[in-house]
Amino acid sequence: MAAPPGEPRRVAYLYLLPAFAVYAVFLLYPIGRAVQISLYDWDGLSLGTWAGLDNYVAIVADEGLRAAFGHALVLIVFYAAAPLVIGLALAAILNHAKVRGLGFFRTVVFLPQVIAMVVVAVAWRRVYAPDGSLNALLGALGLDALTRGWLGDYTFALPAVGVVGTWFETGLVTVLLLAGMSRIPLSLYEAARLDGAGAVREFFAVTLPSVRAEIAVALTLTVIAALRTFDLVYVTTRGGPGDSTSVPSYEVYHRAFGLGQVGSAAAIGVTLTVVIFVISFGINRFADRRTS
Amino acid sequence: MTVQKRQPRGVRALALLAASAVAACAAGCAPGSSAPPAASSPQASATAVRTDAAGLGNVTLTVWDQEVRGGQAAQMEKLNAAFQAKYPNIKLNRVSRSFDDLNTTLRLALSGNEPPDVVEANNGRSSMGAFVKAGQLRPLDAYAQAYGWKSRYPESVLRYSRYSADGKLFGEGNLYGLPQVGEVVGIFYNAAKLKKLGLRPPRTWAEFETALDRAKTGGEVPLQFGNLDKWPAVHVFGTVQGRTVPPSQIGTLAFGRKGASWTTPENVKAAEQLVSWVDKGYFAKGFNGQGYDAAWQAFGKGQGVFLIAGTWLLADLRKALGADLGFMLPPGATADAAPVATGGTGLPFAITAKSPHPDAAAAYIDFITSEDAMKVLTETGNLPVADTGEQTVADGPQREVFTAFGTVTAKDGLVPYLDYATPTFADTLGAALQDLLAKKAAPRDFLATLEKDYKTFAESNG
Repeated sequence: MAAPPGEPRRVAYLYLLPAFAVYAVFLLYPIGRAVQISLYDWDGLSLGTWAGLDNYVAIVADEGLRAAFGHALVLIVFYAAAPLVIGLALAAILNHAKVRGLGFFRTVVFLPQVIAMVVVAVAWRRVYAPDGSLNALLGALGLDALTRGWLGDYTFALPAVGVVGTWFETGLVTVLLLAGMSRIPLSLYEAARLDGAGAVREFFAVTLPSVRAEIAVALTLTVIAALRTFDLVYVTTRGGPGDSTSVPSYEVYHRAFGLGQVGSAAAIGVTLTVVIFVISFGINRFADRRTS
Repeated sequence: MTVQKRQPRGVRALALLAASAVAACAAGCAPGSSAPPAASSPQASATAVRTDAAGLGNVTLTVWDQEVRGGQAAQMEKLNAAFQAKYPNIKLNRVSRSFDDLNTTLRLALSGNEPPDVVEANNGRSSMGAFVKAGQLRPLDAYAQAYGWKSRYPESVLRYSRYSADGKLFGEGNLYGLPQVGEVVGIFYNAAKLKKLGLRPPRTWAEFETALDRAKTGGEVPLQFGNLDKWPAVHVFGTVQGRTVPPSQIGTLAFGRKGASWTTPENVKAAEQLVSWVDKGYFAKGFNGQGYDAAWQAFGKGQGVFLIAGTWLLADLRKALGADLGFMLPPGATADAAPVATGGTGLPFAITAKSPHPDAAAAYIDFITSEDAMKVLTETGNLPVADTGEQTVADGPQREVFTAFGTVTAKDGLVPYLDYATPTFADTLGAALQDLLAKKAAPRDFLATLEKDYKTFAESNG
């Protein structure tokens, strides 16, 4: 059978080679190496000893680590779910009302994304301090009973960290959704209105289905951000009070550089990667199936 | 949709690739296999050490330090310049980074084939202990002999840089480093506030508690405190523990050796006393949610009568409070009780095992810790670890700090930081103390948590 016209197809692999080489050296090799290290008991200095799956068994057995993964899941609510709800509402209003100065509002909402997370964390640490602005505000409202050292409170430390995430991610989600909504043909809205749909009905019937792809992107980005939270916890609470805000990424850093348990740290890292991969794969599968 | 279909194959290929990479490697390249075999510790190598630095020929020494801030940077620059002037044949290649950066990069640097010659390594098990275990540091005992370090430095100071050759025992064995500066945790007080309350600096522990009570009724913050960073409470608890537990027991616990216990009545008493301070409202409000820096800065602004903290805050607090600042060792049961205080040294300077110029490196360490160097350290606002009593400083808080450190080292009253005990103890203790202070854990549960970590480690460590 004659080959299809044009260049021989196999040469295409040659074109892929440069990019693949970079990808392999900086991504595939380190991943393979991390997987390998996670199978050893290694202090980062002397010769490692083979540990098989012990490090992974320890993750499951370690109550503290299970709690850390649990905290990361709680953070998903604050990092992904809350911003999505707020972002949908904000974007719908901004898009629908055709407000004047849309660019200005978009910039304001997006601004947290521009600031480095460490700076965000330092600022919020001040806000949450016992003599910080949140308590000052509560005091001014006569709600003295509610004031507390927020990041040092066992019940409120994790939500407090989560709220920072919500504040941080909402802008990104809003701008993504706004871009999606601006592509919806006006004729759809017209049709809906002719059929007698109100603003709410219109939102659920027209707007929401049209931005499903954007929602998938937003969820993927924010869920990943939630699961790999490190800088925020490192700067604000270092996992405290007690271990009530410990997260897997912080444990990776802490074990590798603080305690010299590099094998265990690599095992947590690999596990976290798998969890992130599975969740974002699920989100995309879900979004794709609904569109097709 | 084609993209969708192809994805699984991509994933499979990736997994295959990773698997084959691991398989190919499984035999030959275990992590750390490129590192040297744990050197058969150059046990003060039979070849005599040389102390004639000028006669060592042309040598370049690479030095990694963390003396980057204020007075620390000033003393290092001054001493390095003097060293260069005295020994032009030894060229210094100085690399300085912040404490955190040094801690995270040193590990990699030491496992390379050309590590720096002189490094500042943190005393703890996960730093110096791990380096000793991996055979990366050179024992300095022969140099200590030749330069007379042992007569100038009290043993209670030197032991913070001692490890057994296998890195298992901390606080005894070979000497692996020499520090420049000392530190001790004591009680800072605001003299003006004490005067207003009609009090004098307490001379006994009971007087201290009375003073806290009077400050409380006087509407002041008795004890400034911020524990968001987890570790500050370790210093406060250590100070309380020093009143109830014999120093030798604290030493055994803190160096993680067998033969002591956390669940003794004395430790229970210490934990209970700490909790009673929470109940009586002696600590600043919301302390578990307040940062360490924010807390001492608040003390500097006049919020708080007392602050339990280390001498490293002296320069900053002096700037803020001036003559109103006072410092004292934690008082004992009676006015003339032997002093006991948590304390230690700055980061010790060590010589790497692979350094080709150990003699020159030792000469450098001797130079920056000599009697003249101690004077330079004093002039630049640091607390020299040796000859502390002989330094001339102005009256006031600086004098009080110098006297305190001189007294406590002369009487061997320094007890180690509790977080030295095991590689994980800093976390265990930090989290457990937050639990204790927030009353999430009772004193006995708190001590049981510590006992578990300590016992597990001490047993496995042999």
